[in-house]
Amino acid sequence: MTKRSATTSPHVIGWLLLLPAAALLVTFTHYPAVATLYHSLFSTARAGRPAVWVGLENYAAMAADPVFWQSLRNNALFALGTIPTSMALALAMALLVNGKLRGRAFLRLSYFTPTILPMIAVANIWLFFYTPGYGLVDRFVQLLGLPSHNWLGSRDTALACLVVVTVWKEAGFFMIFYLAALQSIAPVLAEAAAIEGAGRWYFFRRVTFPLLMPTTLFVLVNAVINSFRLVDHVVVMTRGGPDNASSLLLYYIYDVGFKFWDTAYAAALTMVLLVVLASVAIGQFLLLDRRIHYR
Amino acid sequence: MTRASETLAAWLLGLLWILPLAYAGWTAFHPREYSARFVLTAPLTLGNFVEAWNAAPFARYLLNTVLLVALILGVQLVLCTLAAYAFARFEFAGRTAAFLLVLVQLMIMPDVLIVENYQTMSRLGALDTILAIGLPYMASAFGIFLLRQTFKTVPKELDEAARVEGAGPLLTLWKVYVPLARPVYVAYALVSVSYHWNNFLWPLIVTNSVTSRPLTVGLQVFSSTDQGVDWSIITAATLLTSGPLLVAFLLFQRQFVQSFMRAGIR
Repeated sequence: MTKRSATTSPHVIGWLLLLPAAALLVTFTHYPAVATLYHSLFSTARAGRPAVWVGLENYAAMAADPVFWQSLRNNALFALGTIPTSMALALAMALLVNGKLRGRAFLRLSYFTPTILPMIAVANIWLFFYTPGYGLVDRFVQLLGLPSHNWLGSRDTALACLVVVTVWKEAGFFMIFYLAALQSIAPVLAEAAAIEGAGRWYFFRRVTFPLLMPTTLFVLVNAVINSFRLVDHVVVMTRGGPDNASSLLLYYIYDVGFKFWDTAYAAALTMVLLVVLASVAIGQFLLLDRRIHYR
Repeated sequence: MTRASETLAAWLLGLLWILPLAYAGWTAFHPREYSARFVLTAPLTLGNFVEAWNAAPFARYLLNTVLLVALILGVQLVLCTLAAYAFARFEFAGRTAAFLLVLVQLMIMPDVLIVENYQTMSRLGALDTILAIGLPYMASAFGIFLLRQTFKTVPKELDEAARVEGAGPLLTLWKVYVPLARPVYVAYALVSVSYHWNNFLWPLIVTNSVTSRPLTVGLQVFSSTDQGVDWSIITAATLLTSGPLLVAFLLFQRQFVQSFMRAGIR
Protein backbone atom coordinates (compact mmCIF):
# COMPACT_ATOMS: atom_id res chain seq x y z
CA MET A 1 0.00 0.00 0.00
CA THR A 2 2.69 2.44 1.07
CA LYS A 3 4.85 1.63 -1.87
CA ARG A 4 2.01 1.88 -4.33
CA SER A 5 0.68 5.23 -3.19
CA ALA A 6 4.15 6.64 -3.15
CA THR A 7 4.62 5.76 -6.78
CA THR A 8 1.11 6.37 -8.15
CA SER A 9 1.21 9.55 -10.17
CA PRO A 10 -0.51 12.65 -8.79
CA HIS A 11 -2.48 12.78 -12.06
CA VAL A 12 -4.18 9.50 -11.32
CA ILE A 13 -4.84 10.24 -7.65
CA GLY A 14 -6.04 13.75 -8.42
CA TRP A 15 -8.54 12.62 -11.01
CA LEU A 16 -9.73 9.66 -8.95
CA LEU A 17 -10.44 11.96 -6.01
CA LEU A 18 -12.25 14.39 -8.25
CA LEU A 19 -14.19 11.80 -10.20
CA PRO A 20 -17.33 11.32 -8.06
CA ALA A 21 -17.97 15.04 -7.70
CA ALA A 22 -17.11 15.69 -11.33
CA ALA A 23 -19.55 13.04 -12.56
CA LEU A 24 -22.43 14.64 -10.66
CA LEU A 25 -21.43 18.16 -11.63
CA VAL A 26 -21.29 17.25 -15.28
CA THR A 27 -24.63 15.44 -15.13
CA PHE A 28 -26.55 18.13 -13.27
CA THR A 29 -24.82 21.40 -14.14
CA HIS A 30 -22.75 21.26 -17.33
CA TYR A 31 -24.84 18.82 -19.31
CA PRO A 32 -28.17 20.56 -18.57
CA ALA A 33 -26.65 23.95 -19.40
CA VAL A 34 -25.52 22.68 -22.80
CA ALA A 35 -28.68 20.64 -23.34
CA THR A 36 -30.74 23.75 -22.69
CA LEU A 37 -29.09 25.45 -25.65
CA TYR A 38 -29.50 22.33 -27.82
CA HIS A 39 -33.15 21.74 -26.95
CA SER A 40 -34.01 25.39 -27.43
CA LEU A 41 -33.33 24.85 -31.14
CA PHE A 42 -35.94 22.10 -31.44
CA SER A 43 -39.70 21.97 -31.15
CA THR A 44 -41.33 20.41 -28.10
CA ALA A 45 -42.05 16.72 -28.58
CA ARG A 46 -45.77 15.99 -28.23
CA ALA A 47 -47.71 12.73 -28.38
CA GLY A 48 -47.05 11.23 -31.81
CA ARG A 49 -44.93 14.19 -32.86
CA PRO A 50 -41.21 13.94 -32.13
CA ALA A 51 -39.12 17.05 -31.64
CA VAL A 52 -37.84 18.55 -34.89
CA TRP A 53 -35.15 21.11 -35.62
CA VAL A 54 -36.67 24.57 -35.75
CA GLY A 55 -33.56 26.71 -35.59
CA LEU A 56 -34.23 30.01 -33.90
CA GLU A 57 -38.02 29.72 -34.03
CA ASN A 58 -38.35 29.47 -30.24
CA TYR A 59 -36.33 32.64 -29.91
CA ALA A 60 -38.47 34.39 -32.49
CA ALA A 61 -41.55 33.33 -30.55
CA MET A 62 -39.92 34.65 -27.41
CA ALA A 63 -39.17 38.02 -28.97
CA ALA A 64 -42.85 38.26 -29.89
CA ASP A 65 -44.12 37.04 -26.52
CA PRO A 66 -45.40 39.93 -24.38
CA VAL A 67 -45.43 37.77 -21.23
CA PHE A 68 -41.72 37.09 -21.65
CA TRP A 69 -40.93 40.80 -21.95
CA GLN A 70 -43.18 41.56 -19.03
CA SER A 71 -41.45 38.93 -16.88
CA LEU A 72 -38.05 40.25 -17.85
CA ARG A 73 -39.11 43.81 -17.10
CA ASN A 74 -40.64 42.71 -13.80
CA ASN A 75 -37.44 40.90 -12.91
CA ALA A 76 -35.37 44.01 -13.65
CA LEU A 77 -37.72 46.11 -11.52
CA PHE A 78 -37.66 43.47 -8.81
CA ALA A 79 -33.85 43.51 -8.81
CA LEU A 80 -33.76 47.31 -8.75
CA GLY A 81 -36.29 47.34 -5.94
CA THR A 82 -34.68 44.70 -3.75
CA ILE A 83 -30.92 45.01 -4.21
CA PRO A 84 -30.13 48.64 -3.25
CA THR A 85 -32.71 48.65 -0.46
CA SER A 86 -31.64 45.41 1.17
CA MET A 87 -27.95 46.29 0.85
CA ALA A 88 -28.41 49.76 2.33
CA LEU A 89 -30.48 48.31 5.17
CA ALA A 90 -27.93 45.56 5.71
CA LEU A 91 -25.14 48.11 6.02
CA ALA A 92 -27.22 50.29 8.33
CA MET A 93 -28.08 47.30 10.51
CA ALA A 94 -24.45 46.24 10.69
CA LEU A 95 -23.27 49.73 11.63
CA LEU A 96 -25.98 49.99 14.28
CA VAL A 97 -25.35 46.67 16.00
CA ASN A 98 -21.59 46.94 15.66
CA GLY A 99 -21.49 49.76 18.20
CA LYS A 100 -22.39 49.61 21.87
CA LEU A 101 -26.12 49.57 22.10
CA ARG A 102 -28.81 48.57 24.55
CA GLY A 103 -30.31 45.21 23.55
CA ARG A 104 -27.70 44.51 20.89
CA ALA A 105 -28.07 40.74 21.11
CA PHE A 106 -31.83 40.95 20.65
CA LEU A 107 -31.48 43.31 17.70
CA ARG A 108 -28.99 41.08 15.92
CA LEU A 109 -31.32 38.16 16.46
CA SER A 110 -34.29 40.10 15.19
CA TYR A 111 -32.49 41.21 12.02
CA PHE A 112 -31.08 37.80 11.27
CA THR A 113 -34.02 35.51 12.02
CA PRO A 114 -35.81 35.91 8.63
CA THR A 115 -32.73 34.35 7.01
CA ILE A 116 -33.34 31.06 8.77
CA LEU A 117 -37.01 30.82 7.75
CA PRO A 118 -37.97 29.11 4.50
CA MET A 119 -39.04 31.64 1.86
CA ILE A 120 -42.25 29.69 1.53
CA ALA A 121 -43.05 30.15 5.23
CA VAL A 122 -42.18 33.82 4.99
CA ALA A 123 -44.46 34.15 1.99
CA ASN A 124 -47.31 32.48 3.87
CA ILE A 125 -46.95 34.86 6.79
CA TRP A 126 -46.87 37.89 4.52
CA LEU A 127 -49.81 36.57 2.52
CA PHE A 128 -51.78 36.88 5.72
CA PHE A 129 -50.44 40.44 6.20
CA TYR A 130 -51.56 41.52 2.78
CA THR A 131 -55.08 40.08 3.06
CA PRO A 132 -57.51 42.86 2.07
CA GLY A 133 -59.52 44.31 4.95
CA TYR A 134 -58.30 41.77 7.49
CA GLY A 135 -54.52 41.74 7.17
CA LEU A 136 -52.17 43.88 9.21
CA VAL A 137 -51.07 46.06 6.28
CA ASP A 138 -54.61 46.99 5.40
CA ARG A 139 -55.55 47.65 9.01
CA PHE A 140 -52.59 49.96 9.36
CA VAL A 141 -53.58 51.79 6.20
CA GLN A 142 -57.14 52.14 7.46
CA LEU A 143 -55.78 53.53 10.70
CA LEU A 144 -54.26 56.31 8.61
CA GLY A 145 -57.68 56.92 7.11
CA LEU A 146 -56.85 55.51 3.68
CA PRO A 147 -59.17 53.14 1.80
CA SER A 148 -58.72 49.37 1.90
CA HIS A 149 -56.64 47.93 -0.89
CA ASN A 150 -56.16 44.50 -2.45
CA TRP A 151 -52.37 44.60 -2.24
CA LEU A 152 -51.52 41.34 -4.00
CA GLY A 153 -54.53 41.41 -6.29
CA SER A 154 -53.79 44.74 -7.85
CA ARG A 155 -51.50 45.23 -10.78
CA ASP A 156 -49.90 48.34 -9.30
CA THR A 157 -48.84 46.86 -6.00
CA ALA A 158 -48.32 43.09 -6.47
CA LEU A 159 -44.66 43.34 -7.49
CA ALA A 160 -43.90 45.92 -4.80
CA CYS A 161 -45.36 43.52 -2.21
CA LEU A 162 -42.90 40.85 -3.34
CA VAL A 163 -40.07 43.36 -3.13
CA VAL A 164 -40.95 44.18 0.49
CA VAL A 165 -41.01 40.51 1.47
CA THR A 166 -37.66 39.87 -0.19
CA VAL A 167 -36.00 42.87 1.43
CA TRP A 168 -37.31 41.74 4.81
CA LYS A 169 -35.93 38.27 4.27
CA GLU A 170 -32.52 39.20 2.84
CA ALA A 171 -31.32 42.32 4.66
CA GLY A 172 -30.34 40.42 7.81
CA PHE A 173 -28.45 37.85 5.80
CA PHE A 174 -26.37 40.51 4.08
CA MET A 175 -25.92 42.28 7.42
CA ILE A 176 -23.71 39.54 8.84
CA PHE A 177 -21.18 39.95 6.03
CA TYR A 178 -20.96 43.67 6.70
CA LEU A 179 -20.73 42.98 10.40
CA ALA A 180 -17.83 40.58 9.88
CA ALA A 181 -16.06 43.12 7.68
CA LEU A 182 -16.63 45.95 10.16
CA GLN A 183 -15.13 43.87 12.94
CA SER A 184 -12.00 43.33 10.89
CA ILE A 185 -11.36 47.07 10.52
CA ALA A 186 -8.58 48.07 12.93
CA PRO A 187 -9.87 50.32 15.76
CA VAL A 188 -6.63 52.31 15.41
CA LEU A 189 -8.08 53.92 12.29
CA ALA A 190 -11.07 55.32 14.17
CA GLU A 191 -8.80 56.55 16.97
CA ALA A 192 -6.47 58.26 14.54
CA ALA A 193 -9.40 59.89 12.77
CA ALA A 194 -10.81 61.08 16.09
CA ILE A 195 -7.48 62.69 16.99
CA GLU A 196 -7.42 64.43 13.63
CA GLY A 197 -10.88 65.71 14.41
CA ALA A 198 -12.70 63.86 11.61
CA GLY A 199 -16.46 63.58 12.10
CA ARG A 200 -18.13 60.17 12.18
CA TRP A 201 -19.83 60.67 8.84
CA TYR A 202 -16.58 61.80 7.27
CA PHE A 203 -14.83 58.77 8.71
CA PHE A 204 -17.52 56.47 7.35
CA ARG A 205 -17.38 58.04 3.89
CA ARG A 206 -13.61 58.17 3.56
CA VAL A 207 -12.46 55.13 5.54
CA THR A 208 -15.13 52.59 6.47
CA PHE A 209 -17.06 52.54 3.23
CA PRO A 210 -14.02 52.13 0.96
CA LEU A 211 -12.72 49.38 3.21
CA LEU A 212 -16.09 47.63 2.90
CA MET A 213 -15.92 47.64 -0.90
CA PRO A 214 -14.99 43.95 -1.29
CA THR A 215 -17.88 43.00 0.98
CA THR A 216 -20.22 45.25 -0.95
CA LEU A 217 -19.20 43.56 -4.18
CA PHE A 218 -19.68 40.11 -2.68
CA VAL A 219 -23.10 41.01 -1.33
CA LEU A 220 -24.07 42.66 -4.60
CA VAL A 221 -23.27 39.56 -6.63
CA ASN A 222 -25.25 37.41 -4.23
CA ALA A 223 -28.17 39.79 -4.28
CA VAL A 224 -28.25 39.86 -8.08
CA ILE A 225 -28.13 36.08 -8.32
CA ASN A 226 -30.87 35.75 -5.70
CA SER A 227 -33.13 38.14 -7.53
CA PHE A 228 -33.09 35.78 -10.52
CA ARG A 229 -32.89 32.49 -8.65
CA LEU A 230 -35.56 32.71 -5.97
CA VAL A 231 -39.23 32.67 -6.96
CA ASP A 232 -40.76 30.67 -4.09
CA HIS A 233 -42.68 33.73 -2.92
CA VAL A 234 -44.15 34.25 -6.38
CA VAL A 235 -45.53 30.71 -6.33
CA VAL A 236 -47.11 31.20 -2.92
CA MET A 237 -48.28 34.79 -3.04
CA THR A 238 -49.32 35.78 -6.54
CA ARG A 239 -48.66 33.00 -9.05
CA GLY A 240 -47.30 35.72 -11.27
CA GLY A 241 -50.61 37.54 -11.36
CA PRO A 242 -52.63 39.60 -11.73
CA ASP A 243 -52.14 39.70 -15.51
CA ASN A 244 -48.50 38.63 -15.12
CA ALA A 245 -47.82 41.82 -13.19
CA SER A 246 -45.61 39.95 -10.73
CA SER A 247 -44.23 37.20 -12.95
CA LEU A 248 -40.45 36.86 -12.70
CA LEU A 249 -38.31 35.16 -15.34
CA LEU A 250 -37.73 31.89 -13.48
CA TYR A 251 -41.38 31.78 -12.51
CA TYR A 252 -42.37 32.13 -16.15
CA ILE A 253 -39.96 29.32 -17.04
CA TYR A 254 -41.63 27.18 -14.39
CA ASP A 255 -45.06 28.07 -15.78
CA VAL A 256 -44.12 27.30 -19.38
CA GLY A 257 -42.12 24.18 -18.53
CA PHE A 258 -44.36 22.56 -15.97
CA LYS A 259 -47.87 23.84 -16.57
CA PHE A 260 -47.96 24.08 -20.36
CA TRP A 261 -45.18 21.45 -20.69
CA ASP A 262 -43.66 23.40 -23.56
CA THR A 263 -40.12 22.29 -22.71
CA ALA A 264 -38.47 23.62 -25.85
CA TYR A 265 -39.78 27.12 -25.29
CA ALA A 266 -38.88 26.83 -21.60
CA ALA A 267 -35.34 25.94 -22.71
CA ALA A 268 -35.16 29.09 -24.84
CA LEU A 269 -36.34 31.12 -21.85
CA THR A 270 -33.77 29.41 -19.63
CA MET A 271 -31.06 30.49 -22.08
CA VAL A 272 -31.95 34.11 -21.31
CA LEU A 273 -31.58 33.40 -17.60
CA LEU A 274 -28.24 31.68 -18.19
CA VAL A 275 -27.00 34.66 -20.20
CA VAL A 276 -28.02 36.99 -17.36
CA LEU A 277 -26.18 34.86 -14.80
CA ALA A 278 -23.11 34.54 -17.04
CA SER A 279 -23.01 38.33 -17.44
CA VAL A 280 -23.06 38.66 -13.66
CA ALA A 281 -20.11 36.27 -13.47
CA ILE A 282 -18.16 38.19 -16.10
CA GLY A 283 -19.04 41.50 -14.47
CA GLN A 284 -17.84 40.23 -11.13
CA PHE A 285 -14.61 39.05 -12.70
CA LEU A 286 -13.95 42.44 -14.29
CA LEU A 287 -14.82 44.33 -11.11
CA LEU A 288 -12.63 42.04 -9.07
CA ASP A 289 -9.82 42.67 -11.50
CA ARG A 290 -10.15 46.42 -11.12
CA ARG A 291 -10.19 46.13 -7.38
CA ILE A 292 -6.90 44.27 -7.40
CA HIS A 293 -5.31 46.96 -9.59
CA TYR A 294 -6.69 49.61 -7.31
CA ARG A 295 -4.89 48.03 -4.40
CA MET B 1 -26.84 61.30 14.40
CA THR B 2 -26.56 61.15 18.14
CA ARG B 3 -26.20 57.89 20.04
CA ALA B 4 -29.74 58.15 21.36
CA SER B 5 -31.31 58.52 17.94
CA GLU B 6 -29.20 55.66 16.68
CA THR B 7 -30.49 53.44 19.46
CA LEU B 8 -34.01 54.52 18.65
CA ALA B 9 -33.55 53.77 14.94
CA ALA B 10 -32.02 50.39 15.71
CA TRP B 11 -34.93 49.47 17.92
CA LEU B 12 -37.59 50.66 15.49
CA LEU B 13 -35.96 48.58 12.78
CA GLY B 14 -35.60 45.64 15.15
CA LEU B 15 -39.25 45.71 16.14
CA LEU B 16 -40.34 46.12 12.54
CA TRP B 17 -38.19 43.13 11.63
CA ILE B 18 -39.51 40.85 14.35
CA LEU B 19 -43.12 41.98 13.88
CA PRO B 20 -44.10 39.51 11.13
CA LEU B 21 -42.85 36.58 13.15
CA ALA B 22 -44.41 37.86 16.35
CA TYR B 23 -47.70 38.31 14.56
CA ALA B 24 -47.55 34.80 13.14
CA GLY B 25 -46.81 33.53 16.62
CA TRP B 26 -49.80 35.40 18.04
CA THR B 27 -52.17 34.01 15.43
CA ALA B 28 -50.88 30.46 15.77
CA PHE B 29 -51.04 30.32 19.57
CA HIS B 30 -54.47 31.91 20.01
CA PRO B 31 -57.98 30.72 19.16
CA ARG B 32 -59.35 31.71 15.77
CA GLU B 33 -61.48 34.61 17.02
CA TYR B 34 -58.32 36.35 18.28
CA SER B 35 -56.28 35.79 15.11
CA ALA B 36 -56.32 39.48 14.27
CA ARG B 37 -57.55 40.90 17.58
CA PHE B 38 -54.87 41.81 20.05
CA VAL B 39 -56.27 41.42 23.53
CA LEU B 40 -53.78 40.67 26.28
CA THR B 41 -56.27 38.41 28.04
CA ALA B 42 -56.78 36.20 25.00
CA PRO B 43 -56.38 32.55 26.02
CA LEU B 44 -53.37 30.66 24.71
CA THR B 45 -53.91 27.40 22.85
CA LEU B 46 -52.04 24.70 21.02
CA GLY B 47 -55.23 23.70 19.24
CA ASN B 48 -54.17 25.19 15.91
CA PHE B 49 -51.01 23.13 15.88
CA VAL B 50 -52.92 19.96 16.70
CA GLU B 51 -55.46 20.68 13.98
CA ALA B 52 -52.75 21.41 11.40
CA TRP B 53 -50.76 18.33 12.40
CA ASN B 54 -53.83 16.14 11.98
CA ALA B 55 -55.07 17.76 8.78
CA ALA B 56 -52.05 16.79 6.68
CA PRO B 57 -49.31 14.14 6.91
CA PHE B 58 -46.80 16.53 8.46
CA ALA B 59 -45.07 13.72 10.33
CA ARG B 60 -44.23 12.11 7.01
CA TYR B 61 -43.17 15.42 5.48
CA LEU B 62 -40.91 16.02 8.45
CA LEU B 63 -39.36 12.58 8.05
CA ASN B 64 -38.83 13.24 4.33
CA THR B 65 -37.14 16.55 5.02
CA VAL B 66 -34.86 15.05 7.66
CA LEU B 67 -33.91 12.20 5.31
CA LEU B 68 -33.36 14.61 2.44
CA VAL B 69 -31.20 17.00 4.41
CA ALA B 70 -29.14 14.16 5.91
CA LEU B 71 -28.68 12.45 2.55
CA ILE B 72 -27.56 15.61 0.80
CA LEU B 73 -25.20 16.64 3.58
CA GLY B 74 -23.69 13.17 3.92
CA VAL B 75 -22.89 12.85 0.23
CA GLN B 76 -21.78 16.48 -0.03
CA LEU B 77 -19.28 16.07 2.77
CA VAL B 78 -17.67 13.02 1.18
CA LEU B 79 -17.61 14.27 -2.42
CA CYS B 80 -16.52 17.80 -1.60
CA THR B 81 -13.78 16.60 0.75
CA LEU B 82 -12.30 14.32 -1.89
CA ALA B 83 -12.51 16.91 -4.66
CA ALA B 84 -11.18 19.72 -2.47
CA TYR B 85 -8.24 17.54 -1.45
CA ALA B 86 -7.46 16.87 -5.10
CA PHE B 87 -7.52 20.58 -5.93
CA ALA B 88 -5.55 21.61 -2.87
CA ARG B 89 -2.74 19.09 -2.88
CA PHE B 90 -2.35 17.27 -6.21
CA GLU B 91 -0.82 18.75 -9.32
CA PHE B 92 -2.79 16.84 -11.91
CA ALA B 93 -3.18 17.60 -15.58
CA GLY B 94 -6.09 19.93 -16.27
CA ARG B 95 -6.43 21.04 -12.65
CA THR B 96 -7.02 24.71 -13.39
CA ALA B 97 -9.55 24.01 -16.11
CA ALA B 98 -11.37 21.49 -13.93
CA PHE B 99 -11.48 23.98 -11.07
CA LEU B 100 -12.94 26.68 -13.29
CA LEU B 101 -15.57 24.22 -14.48
CA VAL B 102 -16.47 23.50 -10.87
CA LEU B 103 -16.83 27.20 -10.16
CA VAL B 104 -19.41 27.48 -12.96
CA GLN B 105 -21.92 26.01 -10.52
CA LEU B 106 -21.55 29.01 -8.20
CA MET B 107 -23.24 31.10 -10.87
CA ILE B 108 -25.42 28.60 -12.68
CA MET B 109 -27.03 26.74 -9.82
CA PRO B 110 -29.28 23.71 -10.15
CA ASP B 111 -32.11 26.04 -9.07
CA VAL B 112 -32.29 27.51 -12.57
CA LEU B 113 -31.74 24.33 -14.57
CA ILE B 114 -35.10 22.88 -13.59
CA VAL B 115 -36.34 22.05 -17.07
CA GLU B 116 -33.39 19.91 -18.17
CA ASN B 117 -32.81 18.32 -14.78
CA TYR B 118 -36.43 17.25 -14.71
CA GLN B 119 -35.92 15.48 -18.05
CA THR B 120 -32.83 13.77 -16.66
CA MET B 121 -34.67 12.57 -13.56
CA SER B 122 -37.48 11.33 -15.75
CA ARG B 123 -35.04 9.34 -17.89
CA LEU B 124 -33.39 7.93 -14.78
CA GLY B 125 -36.83 6.89 -13.53
CA ALA B 126 -36.10 8.81 -10.34
CA LEU B 127 -39.06 11.20 -10.37
CA ASP B 128 -40.92 11.58 -7.11
CA THR B 129 -38.10 10.26 -4.93
CA ILE B 130 -36.08 11.92 -2.21
CA LEU B 131 -32.95 11.00 -4.14
CA ALA B 132 -34.14 13.05 -7.12
CA ILE B 133 -34.54 16.14 -4.94
CA GLY B 134 -31.00 15.76 -3.64
CA LEU B 135 -28.98 14.59 -6.65
CA PRO B 136 -28.43 17.94 -8.41
CA TYR B 137 -27.10 19.49 -5.21
CA MET B 138 -24.77 16.76 -4.02
CA ALA B 139 -21.63 17.88 -5.83
CA SER B 140 -21.51 21.36 -4.38
CA ALA B 141 -19.08 23.82 -5.95
CA PHE B 142 -19.44 25.96 -2.88
CA GLY B 143 -18.40 23.10 -0.59
CA ILE B 144 -15.47 22.17 -2.81
CA PHE B 145 -14.29 25.77 -2.90
CA LEU B 146 -14.65 26.29 0.83
CA LEU B 147 -12.79 23.09 1.73
CA ARG B 148 -10.08 23.67 -0.86
CA GLN B 149 -9.31 27.05 0.69
CA THR B 150 -9.12 25.40 4.10
CA PHE B 151 -6.98 22.45 3.01
CA LYS B 152 -4.51 24.81 1.37
CA THR B 153 -3.77 26.37 4.74
CA VAL B 154 -2.76 23.01 6.24
CA PRO B 155 1.07 23.03 6.62
CA LYS B 156 2.72 20.74 4.08
CA GLU B 157 4.99 19.41 6.85
CA LEU B 158 2.03 17.74 8.54
CA ASP B 159 1.12 16.08 5.27
CA GLU B 160 4.68 14.90 4.72
CA ALA B 161 5.00 13.64 8.28
CA ALA B 162 1.94 11.45 7.76
CA ARG B 163 3.36 10.16 4.49
CA VAL B 164 6.64 9.29 6.16
CA GLU B 165 4.70 7.30 8.73
CA GLY B 166 3.40 5.30 5.79
CA ALA B 167 -0.09 6.77 5.36
CA GLY B 168 -1.53 6.80 1.85
CA PRO B 169 -3.40 9.82 0.44
CA LEU B 170 -6.79 8.82 1.83
CA LEU B 171 -5.49 8.07 5.29
CA THR B 172 -3.57 11.36 5.31
CA LEU B 173 -6.74 13.17 4.30
CA TRP B 174 -8.67 11.50 7.10
CA LYS B 175 -6.03 11.86 9.83
CA VAL B 176 -4.58 15.27 9.00
CA TYR B 177 -6.87 17.40 6.86
CA VAL B 178 -10.35 16.50 8.03
CA PRO B 179 -9.69 17.09 11.77
CA LEU B 180 -8.05 20.46 11.07
CA ALA B 181 -11.01 21.58 8.96
CA ARG B 182 -13.64 20.76 11.59
CA PRO B 183 -14.92 24.35 12.10
CA VAL B 184 -15.35 24.70 8.36
CA TYR B 185 -17.29 21.44 8.22
CA VAL B 186 -19.62 22.69 10.95
CA ALA B 187 -20.12 25.97 9.11
CA TYR B 188 -20.77 24.25 5.81
CA ALA B 189 -23.15 21.76 7.42
CA LEU B 190 -25.28 24.48 8.99
CA VAL B 191 -25.50 26.42 5.75
CA SER B 192 -26.30 23.30 3.74
CA VAL B 193 -28.95 22.09 6.17
CA SER B 194 -30.65 25.50 6.28
CA TYR B 195 -30.57 25.76 2.52
CA HIS B 196 -32.07 22.36 1.84
CA TRP B 197 -34.55 22.45 4.69
CA ASN B 198 -35.91 25.62 3.10
CA ASN B 199 -35.58 24.74 -0.58
CA PHE B 200 -38.87 24.72 -2.41
CA LEU B 201 -39.12 25.10 -6.19
CA TRP B 202 -37.13 22.04 -7.29
CA PRO B 203 -38.76 19.72 -4.71
CA LEU B 204 -42.14 21.07 -5.79
CA ILE B 205 -41.36 20.12 -9.39
CA VAL B 206 -39.95 16.63 -8.90
CA THR B 207 -42.28 15.33 -6.21
CA ASN B 208 -45.96 14.61 -6.41
CA SER B 209 -46.78 12.32 -3.53
CA VAL B 210 -46.79 12.24 0.22
CA THR B 211 -43.96 9.72 0.35
CA SER B 212 -41.37 12.09 -1.10
CA ARG B 213 -42.61 15.61 -0.41
CA PRO B 214 -40.49 17.65 2.00
CA LEU B 215 -42.06 20.00 4.55
CA THR B 216 -41.91 23.10 2.36
CA VAL B 217 -43.85 21.48 -0.45
CA GLY B 218 -46.22 19.84 2.01
CA LEU B 219 -46.93 23.21 3.55
CA GLN B 220 -47.69 24.72 0.17
CA VAL B 221 -50.02 21.86 -0.81
CA PHE B 222 -51.69 22.16 2.56
CA SER B 223 -52.18 25.91 2.64
CA SER B 224 -53.21 26.31 -0.98
CA THR B 225 -55.63 23.44 -1.35
CA ASP B 226 -56.69 21.68 1.82
CA GLN B 227 -57.24 24.64 4.00
CA GLY B 228 -59.00 27.56 2.37
CA VAL B 229 -58.22 30.64 4.38
CA ASP B 230 -58.07 29.54 8.00
CA TRP B 231 -55.12 31.70 8.96
CA SER B 232 -54.82 30.33 12.48
CA ILE B 233 -54.15 26.87 11.13
CA ILE B 234 -52.01 28.03 8.24
CA THR B 235 -49.73 30.08 10.46
CA ALA B 236 -49.54 27.17 12.90
CA ALA B 237 -48.50 24.89 10.04
CA THR B 238 -46.02 27.50 8.86
CA LEU B 239 -44.37 27.72 12.25
CA LEU B 240 -44.45 23.94 12.44
CA THR B 241 -42.45 23.58 9.22
CA SER B 242 -39.87 26.18 10.17
CA GLY B 243 -39.95 25.18 13.84
CA PRO B 244 -37.10 22.66 14.13
CA LEU B 245 -34.66 24.87 12.26
CA LEU B 246 -35.80 27.95 14.14
CA VAL B 247 -35.36 26.24 17.52
CA ALA B 248 -31.93 24.97 16.50
CA PHE B 249 -31.05 28.49 15.45
CA LEU B 250 -32.19 30.03 18.73
CA LEU B 251 -30.19 27.45 20.69
CA PHE B 252 -27.01 27.76 18.62
CA GLN B 253 -27.32 31.36 17.48
CA ARG B 254 -23.65 32.26 17.66
CA GLN B 255 -22.66 29.09 15.83
CA PHE B 256 -25.19 29.77 13.07
CA VAL B 257 -24.24 33.38 12.51
CA GLN B 258 -20.54 32.56 12.52
CA SER B 259 -21.13 29.72 10.09
CA PHE B 260 -22.98 31.91 7.63
CA MET B 261 -20.22 34.49 7.98
CA ARG B 262 -17.44 31.97 7.51
CA ALA B 263 -19.21 30.55 4.50
CA GLY B 264 -19.55 33.98 2.99
CA ILE B 265 -16.02 35.25 3.49
CA ARG B 266 -14.08 32.85 1.43
